[in-house]
Amino acid sequence: MSEPLVFHFDIDGEDFISAGQASIQIKKNLRRLGLSPETIRRVSIAMYEGEINMVIHAKGGEADVKVYEDRIEIILADKGPGIKNIDEAMQEGFSTASDTIRSLGFGAGMGLPNMKRYSDSMDIDTTVGVGTTVTMVIKIQ
Amino acid sequence: MTVTELCESCGFEAVCLPEPDRTVSGAYIGDLLSWVMGRASSDNAWITIMSNINVAAVASLSDVACVILAEGVKLDEDIFATASQKGINVISSPLPAFETALAIGGKV
Repeated sequence: MSEPLVFHFDIDGEDFISAGQASIQIKKNLRRLGLSPETIRRVSIAMYEGEINMVIHAKGGEADVKVYEDRIEIILADKGPGIKNIDEAMQEGFSTASDTIRSLGFGAGMGLPNMKRYSDSMDIDTTVGVGTTVTMVIKIQ
Repeated sequence: MTVTELCESCGFEAVCLPEPDRTVSGAYIGDLLSWVMGRASSDNAWITIMSNINVAAVASLSDVACVILAEGVKLDEDIFATASQKGINVISSPLPAFETALAIGGKV
């Protein structure tokens, strides 16, 4: 198996207004690689939701996107507060976001469900008070 | 029907049409961005009253054909520049979301 192509991003946690830059850059990169529009759409939305989550809840973090021949792995790691109850967080509509975040159109409690919806597999490794790492795999179609 | 044809046939205002020949197919109405990303399909017209900078990102990532700002909502100048760069078509409708949807219904 050949080595994956890796894209690394530092997600700025201070700038909510311009959040999403890494996802938009990934969309451009994948388009250059000639992937299908549907694969690009799934990767970019899954990553954007994760990126927004890191900005809202964890003051930023790091994102690595690994492009293999048959799949794309997105690894989002933060040193935020961790997720107390994953089952609760995975429910559509459950959110701990502030009113300010909601007024911008986020905080609908659809972030993690959308990440699961658009990925073929998703793993959440979280420890309260330490941080969260989310790994998503999306097959290339 | 293309975005330009839709805009003209409904009498809406073309705010920014960097990809004027893009075909519109179906529509989705919503202001909560994650709902839009979860439910809207590629090539949809997205009807919303949100006009902050995140709308540009969501429109781009969801790959919708155009954003239709209902209720005569205006775009800020800096978002206009971003939308143009990212190839996001933006139309403004003076009508509320429901009437806007009725106007485009049957055409897309």
